[in-house]
Amino acid sequence: MFSLVNDRKAPGKELRKVVVETVADMMNTDDKVVMLEADLGGASGTTALLKTHPDKFIQCGISEANMVGVACGMSSLGYKPYIHTFAPFATRRAMDQVYLSGAYAFNTINIYGSDPGFTVAANGGTHTSFEDMALMRTIPGALVLDAADDVQLEWIVREVAKSEGVHYFRAGRKGCRRLYEQGSTFELGKGNILKEGKDVLIIASGQVVNDALDAAEMLEADGISVEVIDMFTIKPFDKELAIKEAAGKKAVFTFENHSIIGGLGSCVAETYAEEGVCVKFKRVGVEDRFGQVGSADFLQKEFGLTAEALYNKVKETI
Amino acid sequence: MEAKTLKELEVLCAKVRIDIFEMLMNFGQGHLGGSMSCVELFAVLYGKQLNVDPANPKKLDRDQVVLSKGHAGPVWYSTLAEKGFFPKEWLATLNQGGTKLPSHPDRTKTPGVDMTTGSLGQGTSTAAGIATAQKLSGMDAYTYLIVGDGELNEGQCWEAFQYIAGKRLNNCIVIIDWNKRQLDGYLTDVLEPFSIPEKMKAFGFNTQVVKGNDMEAIDAAIDAAKTVKDSAVCIVLDSVKGQSVSYFEEMVSNHSIKFSGEATEEAKKAIVAYKEFIEKEEA
Repeated sequence: MFSLVNDRKAPGKELRKVVVETVADMMNTDDKVVMLEADLGGASGTTALLKTHPDKFIQCGISEANMVGVACGMSSLGYKPYIHTFAPFATRRAMDQVYLSGAYAFNTINIYGSDPGFTVAANGGTHTSFEDMALMRTIPGALVLDAADDVQLEWIVREVAKSEGVHYFRAGRKGCRRLYEQGSTFELGKGNILKEGKDVLIIASGQVVNDALDAAEMLEADGISVEVIDMFTIKPFDKELAIKEAAGKKAVFTFENHSIIGGLGSCVAETYAEEGVCVKFKRVGVEDRFGQVGSADFLQKEFGLTAEALYNKVKETI
Repeated sequence: MEAKTLKELEVLCAKVRIDIFEMLMNFGQGHLGGSMSCVELFAVLYGKQLNVDPANPKKLDRDQVVLSKGHAGPVWYSTLAEKGFFPKEWLATLNQGGTKLPSHPDRTKTPGVDMTTGSLGQGTSTAAGIATAQKLSGMDAYTYLIVGDGELNEGQCWEAFQYIAGKRLNNCIVIIDWNKRQLDGYLTDVLEPFSIPEKMKAFGFNTQVVKGNDMEAIDAAIDAAKTVKDSAVCIVLDSVKGQSVSYFEEMVSNHSIKFSGEATEEAKKAIVAYKEFIEKEEA
C-alpha cells in the first residue's frame, strides 16, 4: 500500500545514500548480500561499505564487463550481488555480459544504473543513457524498474533480493522530490494510480512522475481532468492497468526520462496496438537524440521533460 | 604420478577421443581441433585432480570448471559421460533439438557443467566470480578456468586477468590452451599474440608452461600451482590443435570440421586404433 506525501516540493533522501544504506542494512542480516563497484565508489558512495562491511564490498576497477561476470559467478554459489555503475555502462557497455553470463545462464544480478537520462548533468553525452530501459527490457525474464523517488527506491532495493534473475533499477545519485510517504509498499508488475481523472491519462515513470503530477495540476486549472499513473515497473509491464484506465479518455500520454523509442512509451504503444485500444496517444520523452552536457535542470528543459513541456504537449494534442 | 594412474588416464583419453569423434560424426560436423587439444587436461582434472561427485554434481564445496572456450564442449561432455555424470547415450544427442548437450556449455542443462559459456571471454569473469565466492565462503575449493589462446583476443579476458591477479585469487587456476590456431588460422597470422607466458607473468601470474599431451607434467603443474600462496597462477598448455591424430593436426583448417569422405575415414581409423589400445590396456 502506498500514499502520497502532502508536500511534493520537499526533497527526499539522496538516492545513492538510499541504495548504499539499504544494502548495508541488508548485509547485516543476510551474509549472501555483496556489492560490486567499478571505480565509481566515490561517486555512488558505495565505498562507505568498505568501512562497515569490508569483505562484502568488491572493487572491480574500471571494467564493467568483468564486474558483471564476477557478480554472475558469485551468484552461482548463492550470493546476492548488487552492482553499481552509471546507467549506460551497466547496460550499453556490458549488455552481452548481462544478457549471457546473467540472464541466459540463470544467474542473479541486481544492477543499480545511476544517473539515467537528464540526471547525468555535467558528465554529459558520453555518460548519458536514454536507452537503458529499451535495451534491458529485451532480456528474457529481466526486471526493469524506474524509481520515482527515494521511498520507492528503497523498496525496490529490498524487493529485488527476494527473487533470482537479472534485475535492473535506474535512479539518479542526487536527491529528488519525495513523492511517497515513508513505508509505502508497491507490487512488481503493477502500476500505481496516483490521481484519478476523466479526460486525459498520463502514464509516467521515474523521477518525472512528480513533474507529471505538476502538469496535471496545471491542466486541472484549465478545466481538464487528468489521471496520473506511476508505471515504475517497465518489465513486467502492467498491460491490464494501461488498457483499463485508457477507457473513456480523450487522450493518453506517456512521460519518461528516456528515449521515446523502446521504453515506457513503446510498452504502452505496443499494448494498445495489439489489444485494439483506440485512443489518441502521444509519447512524451527524449526524441531521437544524443545526450549533452549541462545542469540537470537545463537538460530536463532541453529534452522537453518538464511539467511545462508535458502541459504544452497535452494542450497541443487534445 | 603412479604408473597405474597414468595408464588409467591414457585409457580415459582414448575413450574420450572416441566419444568426441563419434558425437561429431553423428551430428556431421563440429569443433574438433580445440576439443582434441585439451583431452589430456580434462583427463587429469576429472581422473585425478578434481573434488567432484558425479552423483552430486551441484555439491556446493566442489571444485568447479569453467570452460571459457565453450566451443570445446564436446571434450567436456565426453569426459563427464565417461566419469558417470550422465548416461553415455546422451552424447548422440549433441546439438539436436531439445538436447541436454548444446554446442556450447549450459549450466542449466548438463550435469557437471558448472558455468554457461560460449560468448568468448565471458567465462574468465564468471570463473573469477566463482573463485571469489569460494574464498569468501571459506571453502577449500578450486576453480579451473580454461581459456583458449585465440580467445585471448577478447579484451574481457584481460579485464578478468587483472582482477584475478590483483585479488591474488590463487584458487582460480587459469589454464590457457595454447594450441596456436584459431578459426581463421594461426594466431600469429590473425593477430600476433607475442609471448603468452610472458604476458601472463607481466599481469602478475605465477606462470608455468607444460606440454599439452604430457599428463604427468600437467598434473605436476597443477600440484605446484596449488602450493602458490601469494599470487594468481597460470598454466600454459603447449598443445596441438587436433592433438593425437596427425591427419587432423595437419589439416589447414581444423577448428570446425565437416565429417565426410576422407575425414570420416581417418576418424574411423583413429577410433579403431584407440579401441585396440583400450583393449590391450584393459586386458
